[in-house]
Amino acid sequence: MVRTRGLMAAAGMLALASLALAACSSGNPLDTSTSAAGGSSSGSSVIVGSAAFPENEILAYVYADALNQNGIKATVKPNIGQRDAYIAALKDGSIDLVPEYTGNLLQYFDAKATAQSSEDVYNALKTAVPSGYTVLAKAEAQDADSYNVTKAFSDQYGVKSLDDLKKVTIPLKVAANPEFQTRPYGIPGLKSEYGVTATLVPISDGGGPNTVKALTGGDVQLADIYSTTPSIKSENLVTLSDPKNMILAQNVVPLISEKAATDKVKAVLEKVQAALTTDDLIQMNTKSSVDKESADQVAKDWLKSKSLF
Amino acid sequence: MNPYTEAVAWLFDPANWAGDGSIPQRLTEHIIYCVITLIIAMIIAIPAGLYIGHTGRGRAIVVPFTGALRALPTLGLVILLALWLGLGLIPPLIALVILAIPPVLAGAYSGVESVDPATKDAAKATGFTPWGVLTRVEVPLALPLIVGGIRSATLQVIATWTVAAYLPLGGLGRFIYDGLPVRNYAEMLGGSILVILLALVVDGLFALTQRFVTPKGVTAGRVHDVRTPTRSTQRKERPWFAPEA
Repeated sequence: MVRTRGLMAAAGMLALASLALAACSSGNPLDTSTSAAGGSSSGSSVIVGSAAFPENEILAYVYADALNQNGIKATVKPNIGQRDAYIAALKDGSIDLVPEYTGNLLQYFDAKATAQSSEDVYNALKTAVPSGYTVLAKAEAQDADSYNVTKAFSDQYGVKSLDDLKKVTIPLKVAANPEFQTRPYGIPGLKSEYGVTATLVPISDGGGPNTVKALTGGDVQLADIYSTTPSIKSENLVTLSDPKNMILAQNVVPLISEKAATDKVKAVLEKVQAALTTDDLIQMNTKSSVDKESADQVAKDWLKSKSLF
Repeated sequence: MNPYTEAVAWLFDPANWAGDGSIPQRLTEHIIYCVITLIIAMIIAIPAGLYIGHTGRGRAIVVPFTGALRALPTLGLVILLALWLGLGLIPPLIALVILAIPPVLAGAYSGVESVDPATKDAAKATGFTPWGVLTRVEVPLALPLIVGGIRSATLQVIATWTVAAYLPLGGLGRFIYDGLPVRNYAEMLGGSILVILLALVVDGLFALTQRFVTPKGVTAGRVHDVRTPTRSTQRKERPWFAPEA
């Protein structure tokens, strides 16, 4: 009996050690999250993953901090990579939850989806999510593609919406990622929805500094920049409205594995979702990219300011 | 179909061989970009390399400096230069010329340096001016190494011009950057295969050129040695562990 117990203890130690090792080797070495490698491996804790860009990482910390404040153990695995990588992590169980965007996630699960508006996309997404996973309530907050022009251009041609582009007499060029050539909210959509012919100037930085420079430098008249990017405000750009709902809605939505989605977890996350606005995202991104604050800190400050719990 | 057969199908799809953004158009753009890059790199690096090799001056500065330039990540440089200079051909062209200079320079100075000093002395003694020594002795003898430097630069330039398609430019990189976000892996792989084929064909042409420019007197190892065999050439290789005969 004594011997068996000793053996079991040794086996336990070994298991813990290997878990700790596994956690060390698979984790990001720069990971500053408070995850306790061995301790958090009990089934009740929630592991929140994130894509490899700041806004998503902040949202992951918001979810994890909110859960922790309500007595649910949660840790963050930030910067996993692109969608293919973190969906795989969700499937193999190394994460339980990831902040997502309705439109892109719908297209990932159903490449032929045609829904565009916020509601339609969310409803289509709910049925498209494979079994074993579920999406919780969508937030009002969106980080969607948006067409932007300079203030000078907007004033000169009186352009405030995509519909106004018909009035512009000069040839139009759009700086955007290469996929804009084929996306329904890109060049083809401009033609079919608004009757506007434009040519694509492909820049692969996702509405980053090179895209903004192309717009402000006059190389292009329009630029596709994600709606929560601080440079829209700092460069005094005008975001064109989309009266025909051509642009795919991208509301923030938590994608969670069903076994982690207990009623308590759901209740906490839905409260966060209900409070999250697009302006919040812009402010968070500004704190992150302009003021260089850590994702964890930005998340904590936001939760405090909203005093949800 | 696996990605490889899909890529081959993509390569032979007639739709990809005509119109805007077709394979011939991208291939032509890629070749033009590479030729411009190499011409500029050669205009800078060959005279500099010949000067360093001929005089031995500037070696201590230029060699480590261009070596350090090699370590610059080209994509980062392209993005940075585009932020300063705007869109267009110039930012990636500068970045690629910086990539191409070190091998061309190394080929030029090491080629001239490797010329046997006795040969140079003989040329001087026969009344060649320094310019004559350079142009009629050193350069012809260094030509295989100079061409070798250009050859290695060419391969790097052909492969690396693809990254410039991060910006709105043509070339074969377009297929790679355009295919990735829409998960068109056939297009990406097809574009990569075109880059590889272009590199192989051009490298083959260079191999021929290198053979062609080698002066008759230095075709070492390829001409039958007609000298009287000496004891040392007669002696067979002896294994290092065998005792002296």
